[in-house]
Amino acid sequence: MEGTAVPGRLTWQVATVTAVTQETPSVRTIGLGVPSWPGHRAGQHLDVRLTAEDGYSAERSYSIASAAGEPVAITVERLADGEVSPYLTEDLQVGDQLEIRGPVGGYFVWETADGGPLLLVGGGSGIVPLRAILRQREHSGSDVPVKLLYSARALSELIYRDELDGYHYGVEITYTLTREQPAGWTGYARRVDRALLAEIAWPAGKDPLAYVCGPTNFVETVAGALVALGYEPGRVKTERFGGTGGR
Amino acid sequence: MDELDGNEAAGLLQEVFGREMTVAAATCASCGTVAPIGEGRLYTGGPGTVIRCRTCVAVLVVITQVRGRYCVDLMGIRALDMPPGNMAPGGA
Repeated sequence: MEGTAVPGRLTWQVATVTAVTQETPSVRTIGLGVPSWPGHRAGQHLDVRLTAEDGYSAERSYSIASAAGEPVAITVERLADGEVSPYLTEDLQVGDQLEIRGPVGGYFVWETADGGPLLLVGGGSGIVPLRAILRQREHSGSDVPVKLLYSARALSELIYRDELDGYHYGVEITYTLTREQPAGWTGYARRVDRALLAEIAWPAGKDPLAYVCGPTNFVETVAGALVALGYEPGRVKTERFGGTGGR
Repeated sequence: MDELDGNEAAGLLQEVFGREMTVAAATCASCGTVAPIGEGRLYTGGPGTVIRCRTCVAVLVVITQVRGRYCVDLMGIRALDMPPGNMAPGGA
């Protein structure tokens, strides 16, 4: 079963860690070398399976952090009471092996042909699939205009900050820091709600395509507000993660 | 029990159904809401995997595994509308 992947079949295979990047004190990006990777689309997931010596195994699904055609990478946030994330964010090193399968999922996916204008709204590590979408747009030479609204508790918790700040043409990024702001912070310091979205998001008349990813409450609030602002529900794609189980 | 996102069951669903299922639109047998499976509420903490309707919280899908065999209960889904194609893991 763990052998060569059969095309079209989803099988577990052994990936090798090729790079580890510390994004924030509790978040790491893990680059993976996967022998039989069929290619993925921005926003898809992969499953990771860890097996203990006694045979107990735990599986988790992670958003792929890279664009189509780029090497596979996941970005993982350490959860204090997690079964999998502490290992991935603290112990795993370059050269180590991991059991994975994927890519999976097709709902929270953006392809260049899907167009825009794009509204990306991320809370905490919900930025991960949105980053894949941004890279996808960049790599494919798309000129679809993008607005990204990224909410985090503090400046030190913003993931991919340098990379995000490097975007210019057609990408407008707004940060909001909800708990702690550095001295002289001129960005937003409030939770994302309807009023903030009304100020920042594309008007519904532009027929925008929205991707919202973050903690469950965050996603419910944002998706509900966008629909209230006139966004077509079918063009508001959502992905939530729970308190402790998923990541 | 922690509530997760239906998208996180994509791997399991693909293993069971042999194709990408999170984009399939399920009609909830309880409230009639039509939504992609990926929009559902996922629970993995109990025995088996449960996906519930995001609107009314009724159970849509239960998948259990007993001695390597999958048992799939879809009683909570009145209709399932699957987009064509998309058989390969990478999608098409």
